[in-house]
Amino acid sequence: MRYLPLTPTDRGAMLSRIGVNTIDDLFIDVPEAARLDGPINLPPHQSEMQVERDLFAMAAQNKTASTVPFFCGAGAYKHHVPASVDHIIQRSEFLTSYTPYQPEITQGTLQYLFEFQTQVCELTGMPVANASMYDGSTATGEAVLMAHRITRKKRAVISARLHPHYRGVIDNLSDMGGFDVASPADSVNGVEDLIALIDEDTSSVVVQYPDFFGNIMDYSTIAREVQSRGCLLIVVVPEIISLGLLKRPGDMGADIVTGEGQSLGNGLNFGGPYVGLFAAKEKYLRQMPGRLCGETVDADGKRGFVLTLSTREQHIRRDKATSNICTNSGLCSLAFTAHMTLLGGQGLRHLAALNHARAVHLADKLEGIAGVEVVTPAFFNEFAIRLPAPAEQIVEALAEKSVLGGVPVSRLMPDSDMDDVLLVAATEANTEADLEIYETALRDVLKGVSA
Amino acid sequence: MSKKFTKDHEWISLEGDLARIGITDYAQEQLGDVVFVELPEAGRQVEQGNDAAVVESVKAASEVYAPVSGEIVEPNVKLEDEPALVNQDPAEGGWFFTMKVSNPDELNDLMDEAAYADYVKELG
Amino acid sequence: MNEMTPMKQDRKQTFTGHQALILEEKLIFEIGSADKSGVDLEPVPEVNTRLGDCMAPAKPDLPGLSEPEALRHFVRLSQKNHSIDAGLYPLGSCTMKHNPRLNEKMARLPGFSDIHPLQPVSTVQGALELMDELAHWLKTLTNMPAVALSPKAGAHGELCGMMAIRAAIEARGELETRRRVLVPESAHGTNPATAALLGFKVDEIPANADGRVDLAAFKDKLGDDVAAIMLTNPNTCGLFERDIIEIADALHEAGGYFYCDGANFNAIVGRVRPGDLGIDAMHINLHKTFSTPHGGGGPGSGPTVLSDRLEAFAPLPYVVAGENGFDLIELEAQSANQPFGRMVAFHGQMGMFVRALSYMKSHGSDGLRQVAEDAVLNANYVLASLQDVMTAPFAGPCMHEALFDDGFLKGTGVETLDFAKAMIDEGYHPMTMYFPLVVHGAMLIEPTETESRDTLDLFIATLRDLVRSANAGETERFTNAPELAPRSRLDETRAARQPILRWQAAEETAQAAE
Repeated sequence: MRYLPLTPTDRGAMLSRIGVNTIDDLFIDVPEAARLDGPINLPPHQSEMQVERDLFAMAAQNKTASTVPFFCGAGAYKHHVPASVDHIIQRSEFLTSYTPYQPEITQGTLQYLFEFQTQVCELTGMPVANASMYDGSTATGEAVLMAHRITRKKRAVISARLHPHYRGVIDNLSDMGGFDVASPADSVNGVEDLIALIDEDTSSVVVQYPDFFGNIMDYSTIAREVQSRGCLLIVVVPEIISLGLLKRPGDMGADIVTGEGQSLGNGLNFGGPYVGLFAAKEKYLRQMPGRLCGETVDADGKRGFVLTLSTREQHIRRDKATSNICTNSGLCSLAFTAHMTLLGGQGLRHLAALNHARAVHLADKLEGIAGVEVVTPAFFNEFAIRLPAPAEQIVEALAEKSVLGGVPVSRLMPDSDMDDVLLVAATEANTEADLEIYETALRDVLKGVSA
Repeated sequence: MSKKFTKDHEWISLEGDLARIGITDYAQEQLGDVVFVELPEAGRQVEQGNDAAVVESVKAASEVYAPVSGEIVEPNVKLEDEPALVNQDPAEGGWFFTMKVSNPDELNDLMDEAAYADYVKELG
Repeated sequence: MNEMTPMKQDRKQTFTGHQALILEEKLIFEIGSADKSGVDLEPVPEVNTRLGDCMAPAKPDLPGLSEPEALRHFVRLSQKNHSIDAGLYPLGSCTMKHNPRLNEKMARLPGFSDIHPLQPVSTVQGALELMDELAHWLKTLTNMPAVALSPKAGAHGELCGMMAIRAAIEARGELETRRRVLVPESAHGTNPATAALLGFKVDEIPANADGRVDLAAFKDKLGDDVAAIMLTNPNTCGLFERDIIEIADALHEAGGYFYCDGANFNAIVGRVRPGDLGIDAMHINLHKTFSTPHGGGGPGSGPTVLSDRLEAFAPLPYVVAGENGFDLIELEAQSANQPFGRMVAFHGQMGMFVRALSYMKSHGSDGLRQVAEDAVLNANYVLASLQDVMTAPFAGPCMHEALFDDGFLKGTGVETLDFAKAMIDEGYHPMTMYFPLVVHGAMLIEPTETESRDTLDLFIATLRDLVRSANAGETERFTNAPELAPRSRLDETRAARQPILRWQAAEETAQAAE
């Protein structure tokens, strides 16, 4: 077997040295009732070629984003990742190394984590950022728990325009941890009154930027209102590329910024692995979950990097830890760092502008279709449209025409009275031809509907 | 009054009706280099044996427990900028906080210097 | 100075600071610039922007690099890392086995990597089929009826298992009474952290002299206020909990649930099924047992298998197989069960699912059984070859990892930490140190099954030489170590006392200081 170096001769000699006769003698502590005599009922080993055959067959059944006009967003975005990024993350020393607990022989990992943290700080406008979390949704859940710890309160006010999956994560953590959540009733347009929901037991207010329907809002006023009432403002950024063009949450006064870094360096991957971003004000540093990489010097006075402030973490604080998190997103944060480095600030701004231009062109075209209304007044690369028929139905019809036309709101928010609303994203990966195909396909589909 | 000691390596020294609390030399040695101290705010009520402060070193974080019940008067804010004081001068300058003692009888539960020295010796 | 002591190397100083193939590398902020880029983008067409009033006044203040510069930067960084591909990584409880490259090739098939989690289910049937097949393998290997695939890492899977248990207790109306969770002293810190996160009170169970849970003490602690036990098996000392079935039975009788930390599954995969031991929930680390790469700290994946007592509570989303193909249950209204909620956006670590399934199919049922056997064999070989010169607190046999304490270093002036740092100069990543906490100065060695006998022989010989050295009073070999790594010992105290967590231009730092 190609992954096992030991030969039968090796095994025999090793058993001798250990002083037992068979391998079974080493499993002697297993209760007899649980001992298995032979292999479990699953297929036997396969060659690379055989495995490839099986997996090719599964992969071939899926419609991929690069092969058809593609407009899905809702928290995961199709962007072009430069070829060198994938090459960098496949370097043996990055791919097959462990968490940098022995800093002398993991300066490679530690240095890029320091670069990552700096990039996240600069993008979000916040002074400290950690070395990444699993993804944007769990980072947001952790942010809420952190706000509860800091304020010693138990209730969070959540915008109704937060991604429903992110909301689900917060609801779950709150339910399990004995905390409360509250949200305003909402519709797609109009301004939510989040401030009215704040009470003496509220720790934080959570908003998304741009929000789930793509809408962009300046949260500076909300930040002041929230903070004057002793609460923290948590701003969630699911499309990190938007910060190439938009005012930074840190400059609006956010206390904590969480986000999804998938758009930089990481492909769609059917939902994972992604990379959670987490940044906060300096005064909250010690309440931050996750790993932190810090600068120091070695015994020879040379600059180096180490994981630091680990005593907040579970392996030391145990039941008093700030969270139970053990991993960060390692390789995904490296991909982010590498892509961001290749772009530079100027490149990111350019990329963001390109995204916005595509989305505006698409909105222009779709608005021109009878029965279609663009309901998001200000957006980055994703907006919501109202259709004259259920969006799920339209999306299925578009798929049959080989257009992946977006994400129906009802897929994530079933009881919201928004069955006719579709989220549409356009990025630099879309060509002008794609936009025309979409327009034509949607016109065709809608003709069939109103008939 | 001479210092009294707890099993968790806190010392308490009474100055009138004000008590000063710190951790012992043994404790700071076990912890290693102290990097951060989390102090209670003035006015907080504490009960004997409950968490009052947290002391963090590079490899460990430990609770500092209130040796007696009462109200926190003053945290030693110097420790915020110079946590190393806890290592350098645990018995004096590295004090953590002062407090009003609500029940002086609780002091009788604690060890005196000699008893504490024996206790530490046994820990090996 | 003893003649046998090697002379401390006085390294040649160079103009560049480089040392032949070992290259110094600055931060991107020190070498990049605002006007460099390694990406070509089309010009931006003129549009009437619709950004509201939120356009940023300036571009992000981050430097770029051309492609050759960027590649060189990251390649130079990579050269400063130890990796499994380069050498042994004997970290106990981490299972640093070889990461097969077939996994990487399969994960990069566009059919898996270039699909969106929310595109219509009819367009991703192959992805759902893969998830379903992975679920089948995990359930069959563990003899459990259900598995939650969405947890993003081991600790997250642990949270999933405990949340399912909490949901089950709540469904029985006993949440107010059952608040206590039993955890062995030897447990990894995530266990009590997870329990505390869910509002449980942690009660520690002592170990017996044998390194295993003290059965009598455990039974004593049972009561109708016990929610669960969190046990690792094999445990963190590398030993199989012999009494595990009795523990499960007693616990179930008292109305509690059995959570098993599956970090050490590599020792028993294919030879023992956790479901047969009475476990109710167990997370599996795909990045340990099933070879997905550690990636310098992540991403992981922690699917959690669930017993029939818990399967109704499995979180959203999950895949179901029907006559018309596969479907994804994402909303409570769609579920026939009582899912406790959602743990993460989207569906889980698909990239790791592909890698793990590729590995499972490669090994097959027979191969996976061999994996556990070779892992256990290798660890026992190391234990047997070192126990005359190093102190093992528990008599063998061990499972997939060998535990030593610092007894053998007493009086030498060398601590566990120094011993580990000396290993670095010899070309090894140190073993796990100071864990588990139940022995003093612990050293936990897990070779895994992908190490050859030759590699183990050299490793054993090296440790024996280090012990000889310590006993001979050659303390400098240890206290100065590592001397040959890209950096010598780093000042962790300083990093924690004066945290510098991001790069700042010199003027910014000066301003901040004012």
